[in-house]
Amino acid sequence: MSATTAPETPPQQHGKPTKRPGDVLFRGLSTASAFSILLILAGVAIFLVSEALPVFGADPAEVTGGEGFVSYVWPLIFGTLVASLIAMVVATPVAVGIALFVSHYAPKRLGTAIGFVIDLLAAVPSVVFGMWGFQVFAPRLVPFFTWLSDNLGFLPFFETASRTGRTILTASLVLAVMILPIITAVSREVFLQTPRLHEEAALALGATQWEMIRTAVLPFGKPGVIGGTMLGLGRALGETMAVAIILSPGVFTWNLIDSGNITVPAEIALNFPEAAGLRLSELIAAGLVLFGITLGVNLLARWVVNRRAEFSGAN
Amino acid sequence: MSKRIDVKNLDIYYGAFHAVKNVSMTIEPRSVTAFIGPSGCGKSTVLRTLNRMHEVIPGAYTTGEVLMDDKNLYAKDTDPVDVRRQVGMVFQRPNPFPTMSIRENVLAGVTLNSKRLSKSAADELAEQSLRGANLWTEVKDRLDRPGSGLSGGQQQRLCIARAIAVQPEVILMDEPCSALDPISTLAIEDLINELKSDYTVVIVTHNMQQAARVSDRTGFFNLEATGMPGELVEMDDTQKIFSNPSKPATEDYISGRFG
Ligand SMILES: Nc1ncnc2c1ncn2[C@@H]1O[C@H](COP(=O)(O)OP(=O)(O)OP(=O)(O)O)[C@@H](O)[C@H]1O
Ligand SMILES: [Mg+2]
Repeated sequence: MSATTAPETPPQQHGKPTKRPGDVLFRGLSTASAFSILLILAGVAIFLVSEALPVFGADPAEVTGGEGFVSYVWPLIFGTLVASLIAMVVATPVAVGIALFVSHYAPKRLGTAIGFVIDLLAAVPSVVFGMWGFQVFAPRLVPFFTWLSDNLGFLPFFETASRTGRTILTASLVLAVMILPIITAVSREVFLQTPRLHEEAALALGATQWEMIRTAVLPFGKPGVIGGTMLGLGRALGETMAVAIILSPGVFTWNLIDSGNITVPAEIALNFPEAAGLRLSELIAAGLVLFGITLGVNLLARWVVNRRAEFSGAN
Repeated sequence: MSKRIDVKNLDIYYGAFHAVKNVSMTIEPRSVTAFIGPSGCGKSTVLRTLNRMHEVIPGAYTTGEVLMDDKNLYAKDTDPVDVRRQVGMVFQRPNPFPTMSIRENVLAGVTLNSKRLSKSAADELAEQSLRGANLWTEVKDRLDRPGSGLSGGQQQRLCIARAIAVQPEVILMDEPCSALDPISTLAIEDLINELKSDYTVVIVTHNMQQAARVSDRTGFFNLEATGMPGELVEMDDTQKIFSNPSKPATEDYISGRFG
């Protein structure tokens, strides 16, 4: 009978553990850090919006170019997107190739060495890339540009060739080198994490090394590669110094191998020091638009990664 | 479709570690052969040499011969990829590809090597393989769902379906039931019984009742001491091994006085 009746004493209360000073302190510190980052972000957003506002109410004739903010900003956005997309398209396959080589083909020593070199590349400051692009890379691209315009000149992208090599394509290729390390590093990490079990499953089905990579490694690593690519794209979208140094800027053109075009960050960097009043607002508004685009790109990446979360193998 | 395997003087190494020494045995076609023995004696290692999966571990190698219908799997001109197409494998832990649907998993081996299948042929092969693995009725309405969403036992049968879809000569199973509940285990044991009418089946198991239930022949592996290479103590008809083994070590092991 005693076994079936409810226990006399009330069940032990859960929760309300004794408060230890260390826990309280760290809880406070981590909460404060979390809130401070929100505050900073909010501060930046408020700054951008309030400083940019005048431009939207301004007389279109007073905006640079004389036709309003939209026609001022879209060539900048175009330049930014084109440069970043070219950089991403060039860098991603190379990065995935390097990451696969390091994780699945190279002998361990060689793989580690190459990984180290790639990480070093990430430590090169962007000004240095800018100077190198200006001094070394751009002149060496000139013959290639000339060849392009001679042979593919009927395409709007290759109409005339620059004689200095300081073009949007040069800037894009330097951006590609700059974002290579981050994409490579992220891809290498996810490729190395492919479960041995799945690699062996593929091999046991009679997969060659490449087929094993295609069936087990690449699908498993795909979300990671997308994530790495987005990180790289984010860096390319915001990169200032390299583009400002390399590109000989100008008005919008489809031509990729002659001077012309400019990116948002470079436009801001080149004009900010002398800007005041409405001009300042224009630049800040352009920065705001870039901020929106970067945000959109990140959300898109998240969506792409989550869309097939069921199939990700994370469960 | 099924082939005989002759193992001759096989020595197996992990780098400098001599894991298994001097194994010679014959595995009959259209039969189930079980490997039993204490943990670490090299059952999985021997099994993995039968489809050249041993050598995918860095530093691992073998000496000796494995003949499949008189063709040496370790001959210089034999491509391990071809060997693995003929000798399928089911692992201890179910390992369907998580990024693939159930249907894609079954067809994974067939679509390798860019073999082209028409949609209807693929559907038919998927159904036939899933039926062969006794899984069809459970998954036929959700072929496009991820394979990792199935129960452990279903996943293991999915792996068996994947293995038989490429129509191998031999199927190797390394403790295929050790991660499964008794009912799923029974389902797989029934399946093994059916598979032997078409395939040569080799199974590693720690469960002696299971070995007795499913196998025709049983090989007992043992090792003299830790650090020493494992070896095949004896191999005989399952009935004989479990009733009247010729070696005392086998007797000790199956009567539970050991290991
Ligand atoms: N990847 C490896 N590298 C080095 N040694 C290994 C490796 N895998 C197994 N071994 C060693 O080889 C020997 C045989 O191992 P194996 O896995 O074949 O044993 P087993 O009989 O399958 O054991 P169990 O019943 O526990 O699965 C053991 O001494 C083990 O430590
Ligand atoms: Mg084992």
